[in-house]
Amino acid sequence: MMADRASATSVLSARELTRHYAVSRGLFKPHATVQALNGVSFELQAGKTLAVVGESGCGKSTLARALTLIEQPSSGSLQIAGQEVTGASKAQRKQLRRDVQMVFQNPYASLNPRQKIGDQLAEPLLINTPLSSLERRERVQAMMQQVGLRPEHYQRYPHMFSGGQRQRVALARAMMLNPKVLVADEPTSALDVSIQAQVLNLFMDLQEQFNTAYVFISHNLSVVRHVADDVLVMYLGRPVEMGAKELIYSRPLHPYTQALLSATPTIHPDPSKPKIKIVGELPNPLALPSGCAFHQRCPYATERCSVELPQLRLLDARQVACHHAERING
Amino acid sequence: MKLLDIKNLSVRFGDANAVPVVDGLDLSVDKGEVLAIVGESGSGKSVTMLALMGLIDPPGVVSADNLQFDGTDMLRLKGRQRRRIVGKDLAMIFQDPMTALNPSYTVGFQIEEVLRQHLQLSAKAARRRALQLLERVEIPAAESRLDAYPHQLSGGMSQRVAIAMAIAAEPKLLIADEPTTALDVTIQAQIMELLLDLQREQDMGLVLITHDLAVVAETAQRVCVMYAGQAVEVGVVPGLFDAPAHPYTEALLKAIPEHSLGARRLATLPGIVPGRFDRPHGCLLAPRCPYAQSNCQAQRPTLDPQVRGAVRCFYPLNQEVA
Repeated sequence: MMADRASATSVLSARELTRHYAVSRGLFKPHATVQALNGVSFELQAGKTLAVVGESGCGKSTLARALTLIEQPSSGSLQIAGQEVTGASKAQRKQLRRDVQMVFQNPYASLNPRQKIGDQLAEPLLINTPLSSLERRERVQAMMQQVGLRPEHYQRYPHMFSGGQRQRVALARAMMLNPKVLVADEPTSALDVSIQAQVLNLFMDLQEQFNTAYVFISHNLSVVRHVADDVLVMYLGRPVEMGAKELIYSRPLHPYTQALLSATPTIHPDPSKPKIKIVGELPNPLALPSGCAFHQRCPYATERCSVELPQLRLLDARQVACHHAERING
Repeated sequence: MKLLDIKNLSVRFGDANAVPVVDGLDLSVDKGEVLAIVGESGSGKSVTMLALMGLIDPPGVVSADNLQFDGTDMLRLKGRQRRRIVGKDLAMIFQDPMTALNPSYTVGFQIEEVLRQHLQLSAKAARRRALQLLERVEIPAAESRLDAYPHQLSGGMSQRVAIAMAIAAEPKLLIADEPTTALDVTIQAQIMELLLDLQREQDMGLVLITHDLAVVAETAQRVCVMYAGQAVEVGVVPGLFDAPAHPYTEALLKAIPEHSLGARRLATLPGIVPGRFDRPHGCLLAPRCPYAQSNCQAQRPTLDPQVRGAVRCFYPLNQEVA
């Protein structure tokens, strides 16, 4: 996953991906800039899962929108299956979109309430392939069976399904074109825990079968621990720590990762391990603090942190953006 | 005497033939106790507390053998008397802080309203107290926040304001309905810690309604697990987490990814919660239960006391541990 590995084998490769938004502050004032995404780089291989974690406003969803070509990055490069996306022509982008599909958080909103499930599943084929209507129907039926829907569901509307079933439909629709990359933005956070387990199992089964690469966006660290191969932790648009899941969970180096893991409740709490408290809330993204964006909430911050922006650097087999990572982790 | 004592509470929407949303629920909370009610969507956890507060509107029908709060029969209270208790001795925090606050009034006004109504404070005293409350719930620059409107606050801040309102009249029992579900994990940790601090400080009873078992494990003393309107297991923490007696409790615990570390697949309970029209004759869990026997399909089990609480199952699990 590290950026220095050969990118020939990776299906998704982002380098210094950046997205800034101009925000109007009124008629006569200059625009303010929100740095929603800043310098995100990673490589993702087929059949692997990269999990992106962080709190609201950390840029997770902006990253998803950039990866799925919904939005153009402000700068940086993005390659899908070795093909450069930034600067690609409209026709090329259309072709590339087939390879990157998305599953959204809320299946109530991401499915068309007025269209039958079968038609919704067939639509990606209708737009992107020359298949006949009979062939489309066969492909849809096969996919429905794969995600655990019954053939008679073909004729039903989304409101006739439970939340878990709707997420199955959304997942089936995303897999219809056999994409190389699937971006899932909080796919199970609207579901109950027993339904969440069913849907997560389906995600894992489909990945095994189609060898799809997943970008799995979630704020639930317990879910991420289950699905991920690599983890990317973000804070206010910047990656703060990135590496293999086992490393990040067993020995987080960045104070923010440590705080996130410590704040996550567990079913077997250890009273001897005190929780790391982080005070305050996210700073205003329109007026980012100088230096490290986390320094106002960080228990280890020094003067250097408020002045100098820490860059991602290699430490203990993962990348971490903290001036004091060695000192903290002694 | 129990602070809250509920016996055989049923809530149904429609006539007597309608399927009960809450079905024969017994529940009690002591002074200074933290009780968690856990269950999936539609299990009846919120409706139970709404019934207690008298917030079920027709066609909803509430019936109970006993619905006592602090010695008062809540079932037979009329509007004016009820309003003297609800919001004062019995307060509630809701899931979505953005919709729980009135967008048209300042935060300070909404807290002062509680103080003026329930404690008859003067405008000046109410304002002073409101400021203290905002400081107590750790809102930075509290003085300037008094004149802020809810839309000017973040989700975590709004929830703190909602908590300040709820504790303004020093309630004896605080009901928190999914208080941190809409919040980020670091903010969730802050809010839960604040709630528990306040609970200890004022020796309040706290009822925590949640679907997140991990939050329960870290905060509650006792747990009531609900399934399809019935309490299926009542137990203490951490006993219930180490050795669940009901198959549904076990399934809920197993479905948490944390439980299956390293496994490729998670343990799941097949199917979904039975709806209005497909309620089984026997045990409500029987169609989904891996341990179900023939009498589970035919008869409904009752909630029977056991060593560490109570369980509604013919074949409870983990009995040898107890």
